[in-house]
Amino acid sequence: MTDEPLLRVSALSKFYGSRVGCENVSFDLWPGEVLAVVGESGSGKTTLLNCLSTRLLPSSGTASYRMRDGQFRELYRMSEAERRFLMRTDWGFVHQNPADGLRMTVSAGANVGERLMAIGDRHYGKIRATAVDWLSRVEIDEDRIDDEPRAFSGGMRQRLQIARNLVTGPRLVFMDEPTGGLDVSVQARLLDLLRGLVTDLGLAAIVVTHDLAVARLLSQRMMVMKDGRVVESGLTDRVLDDPRAPYTQLLVSSILQV
Amino acid sequence: MPTPLVVSDVAKSFTMHLRDGIKLPVVAGVSFSIRAGECAVLGGPSGAGKSSILKMLYGNYAVDEGQIIVQHADGLIDLATASPRTVLAVRRQTIGYVSQFLRTVPRVSALDVVAEPLVERGEEREAAREKARALLAQLNLPEKLWALPPATFSGGEQQRVNIARGFITDHPVLLLDEPTASLDARNRDVAIALIAEKKAAGVALLGIFHDNDVREAVVDRIIDVTAFAAGKLAA
Repeated sequence: MTDEPLLRVSALSKFYGSRVGCENVSFDLWPGEVLAVVGESGSGKTTLLNCLSTRLLPSSGTASYRMRDGQFRELYRMSEAERRFLMRTDWGFVHQNPADGLRMTVSAGANVGERLMAIGDRHYGKIRATAVDWLSRVEIDEDRIDDEPRAFSGGMRQRLQIARNLVTGPRLVFMDEPTGGLDVSVQARLLDLLRGLVTDLGLAAIVVTHDLAVARLLSQRMMVMKDGRVVESGLTDRVLDDPRAPYTQLLVSSILQV
Repeated sequence: MPTPLVVSDVAKSFTMHLRDGIKLPVVAGVSFSIRAGECAVLGGPSGAGKSSILKMLYGNYAVDEGQIIVQHADGLIDLATASPRTVLAVRRQTIGYVSQFLRTVPRVSALDVVAEPLVERGEEREAAREKARALLAQLNLPEKLWALPPATFSGGEQQRVNIARGFITDHPVLLLDEPTASLDARNRDVAIALIAEKKAAGVALLGIFHDNDVREAVVDRIIDVTAFAAGKLAA
């Protein structure tokens, strides 16, 4: 294990006109770490995620990423093509709505295989075998490989989106409310699956969620955001068991006990 | 041999921002150290801050003041100010924790719950499972339960899974938060034997035990937490 972070974020801000998206966010992320970003809607967590994944450009601040050759590259100084390449190979992005991350009118197998072809795989048999392997890892039966995701349930679509993202062996995965909108039982299965994959593959991940239970289960570290600013950060269990900031105390005390 | 854990002048209070910011002092001036191979027990009535002290030592509660120095990876770390990443490394390698309750993860089998800390330390999964099987057998957990997630187990069964998970590694420091609270006599004896094994192996143990029999069987020294009552220093 290396002692250098995978991602270094410094004083990142994004303004929409005079409105604050996120302001002055700094953190380091190491390989194998899962960072949860929590907060209510409008807290800036999705803006932050979009800036980090370069889907949005920040107003100020820097983020540098350690490439596979060990060199840090400034994300916002890369060319559009370089960023796209990173997005296709070394990164994954799991959207809350699987329809945003999948191609709904091509088969499940093609959804997974497409990412492989994008990184240069051309051998049909190998691509299909890898797709079958990944579908089974996300618990989708092999006989569904030729079905379109339109015919899948919400939970299956989300698992397919995860397979599509992880098939290229990314080192960093962004997730935006990955369990949002799913039934509780489906959520538990997905969380368990994600947890296993993240551990087995040693992925680093940044997970945006408003659900503190999801954060507790998936992440080791946590940032709490309010009005675009990070109001508290630290070890996930420390933040949840001994919340210090007034807003975090409010969030934690608002969890319904079952 | 260096002292594995030294606590000096640690203070902790809770500020309740939702209650007009009232401050609840918990402990102050907490100072003690634990030697390798001894089992120290935190004593005092409930509410004295015993669990809070354990949680600070594990990085689970923030520390307001003072130092918690732990011998970690050939160096000394102050847990009171360590970064989250360092705390995680200390938990993986140096300080183990057996809590009163098991936090279960859906769909993970009891066997894998127990084996997980070893896998995290880089041990091969099947070898880790083999050790987990041996411990679960020693703790008399029926074999038919091993493949099941512990969420539906009884309190005593969950606690045995928890003990196995805490004792499977060779962390040089082990924190025990009432690990025997819901065990029957037979399994209490197993837990006592496991603690004795750890002591013999040179592990520094710090525990909370409300059960007199267990406490008397394992204790080398009692640390009286009432001496650290937060109000006391001011008075």
